[in-house]
Amino acid sequence: MNSSPSTILPKAVSVPARVSPRRHLAQAAPWLAAAAVVGYALVVGGYPATVVGFALIYAIFVSGLNIFMGLTAQVSFGQSAFAAIGGYGSAILTTQYDWTWAPAMLAGLAAAVAAAFVIGYPTLRLKGHYLSMATLAIGLIAHEIAVQWESVTLGYLGISGVPPIDIAGFELSSDRATLTMLTVCVLATAFAVARIRRSRLGRAFAGLAGSEDAARALGIDVARYKLLSFLLAAGFASFSGSLFVHVVGYVSPEVFSLHMVILSFTMLYVGGIGTVVGPVIGALVVSVLPETFRALRDYQDLAYGAALILLLIFAPRGLAGLFAALDTRRKP
Amino acid sequence: MSAQAQKACLEVQDATRRFGGLVAVNAVSFQVKPRSVTAVIGPNGAGKTTLFNLISGALSPSSGRVLFEGVDVTAEPPEAKAARGLIRTFQLVKLFPELSAVENVKVGCHLRTRGGLLAALLRPRWARRMEAETEERARVLLELVGLAATADQPAAALSYGQARLLEVARALAAQPRLLMLDEPAAGLNADESARLATLIRRIADDGTAVLLIEHDMHLVMNTADEVVVVDFGKKIAQGAPDRIRQDPAVIAAYLG
Ligand SMILES: Nc1ncnc2c1ncn2[C@@H]1O[C@H](COP(=O)(O)OP(=O)(O)O)[C@@H](O)[C@H]1O
Ligand SMILES: [Mg+2]
Repeated sequence: MNSSPSTILPKAVSVPARVSPRRHLAQAAPWLAAAAVVGYALVVGGYPATVVGFALIYAIFVSGLNIFMGLTAQVSFGQSAFAAIGGYGSAILTTQYDWTWAPAMLAGLAAAVAAAFVIGYPTLRLKGHYLSMATLAIGLIAHEIAVQWESVTLGYLGISGVPPIDIAGFELSSDRATLTMLTVCVLATAFAVARIRRSRLGRAFAGLAGSEDAARALGIDVARYKLLSFLLAAGFASFSGSLFVHVVGYVSPEVFSLHMVILSFTMLYVGGIGTVVGPVIGALVVSVLPETFRALRDYQDLAYGAALILLLIFAPRGLAGLFAALDTRRKP
Repeated sequence: MSAQAQKACLEVQDATRRFGGLVAVNAVSFQVKPRSVTAVIGPNGAGKTTLFNLISGALSPSSGRVLFEGVDVTAEPPEAKAARGLIRTFQLVKLFPELSAVENVKVGCHLRTRGGLLAALLRPRWARRMEAETEERARVLLELVGLAATADQPAAALSYGQARLLEVARALAAQPRLLMLDEPAAGLNADESARLATLIRRIADDGTAVLLIEHDMHLVMNTADEVVVVDFGKKIAQGAPDRIRQDPAVIAAYLG
């Protein structure tokens, strides 16, 4: 305390941020790996482009899930519902009402966020597992509505003939155009997550994730920030749902089933929960891995399952965590 | 100015909290004056932490009132009280373990900064400047509690004493009008404890009232202007530290 200044908040001695080259490499490595996979698909086109395209759509969905589960440490099993609202919104408005894709996508987004508000406002005030139970119900209900509301959703038959996205009259229908558009969407999503993570908002999320009591004692309105996190996740889910229907041209209830939830959880944990790159790398690996085992035929599922288990054993913090281990410093 | 200085910063009136048959806090009343350090002492299980929980809003009282700067805040939730400048730390340290020490303190700046989703995404100039100021403030506060060297370590890696000091720095980041510290010196070594005593005095002299629960009598005698003694949920004595030290009821409670 000897040389300490006389007021509580003396003028600061600026501390320069020390960023080692090693750290740069550790941060860039997973992005480079993802770029390599996408680049390969872009060059080859065809089936690999389709697989990687799906992976990129999932990367957006999982990035949203990551805001709620990774940054805010909450659990939702029902995000598929918001993807369904976005997907069906886009499909119905473009095929039955002749809307163009952009306003249809925005309308779907607004509907998904509104639904998330209606569901989240009461449930997010509940403690513990009530929310998880409630979210599980939302996913199942959304699926049920998609099946039963035949006059609008056409039930199991699904809605086909959804037009591809076009930009200035140019239809993004080729493999490469689609893949390029999806890559831009994923980068924008990752950029948004990265910015949120390093902001006052992101710190409020991290605070309530670390200790709700401590966060509240510091004036953070925990219920409000949980809700905001939930709305953001729903927004990204809706966006990914809309992208899906435009890329595939078709939507049916199975697209947004419980399988989607399980797949997205796997991607989130394999990639690295709470990181920006985790959802991207997780979505790519979980989508591409089964394909690489295709040659094993009957043993494909077995090999895939074993690979996932090995990954989670040797990289408990996900692949992003594995890359970060190259660096001695922890994430901020 | 002088009239306001007379007014109590915090006024606890007949605060009572029952847990089933147990009366953990029993009709406790006292005041905290602005710019003063008030210590709450008493044996383990006396009800000190419960009293803190009633004041901070973590628990609601079975009866009684809490007035902060003249306003009845009894029913307000913790975040609302925090927004008024009533900031506490926890006996069982509650840090954000995944975040670095400096990030922990930056979370503490929440009330003194602004910006939501749009500021995060668009990062306008004012937001960038605010981020830089927040970072700078956080590092200054870490320096103040003697944790500058551990600023970039994850909070989970800190020693028990360091974790306590980090919690104090994080609370200071919220620029409290009343700072409530629940056993801040527990687990601190002699050096850290002496540094904390100086810091507490300085916080009070800078205009923030301090209410602390403490077992370290040395710290209490060195920092407190006023001591409130509780035993079995009841206030048994109140007064200046040297008076309290000689109070028969207090001696009986501690020996008894
Ligand atoms: N949430 C609770 N539920 C039941 N009893 C409690 C609770 N919190 C504290 N108590 C009891 O209240 C009494 C006072 O506890 P506490 O306020 O923690 O004491 P101190 O901080 O003075 O050591 C203890 O007997 C304790 O067991
Ligand atoms: Mg206690």
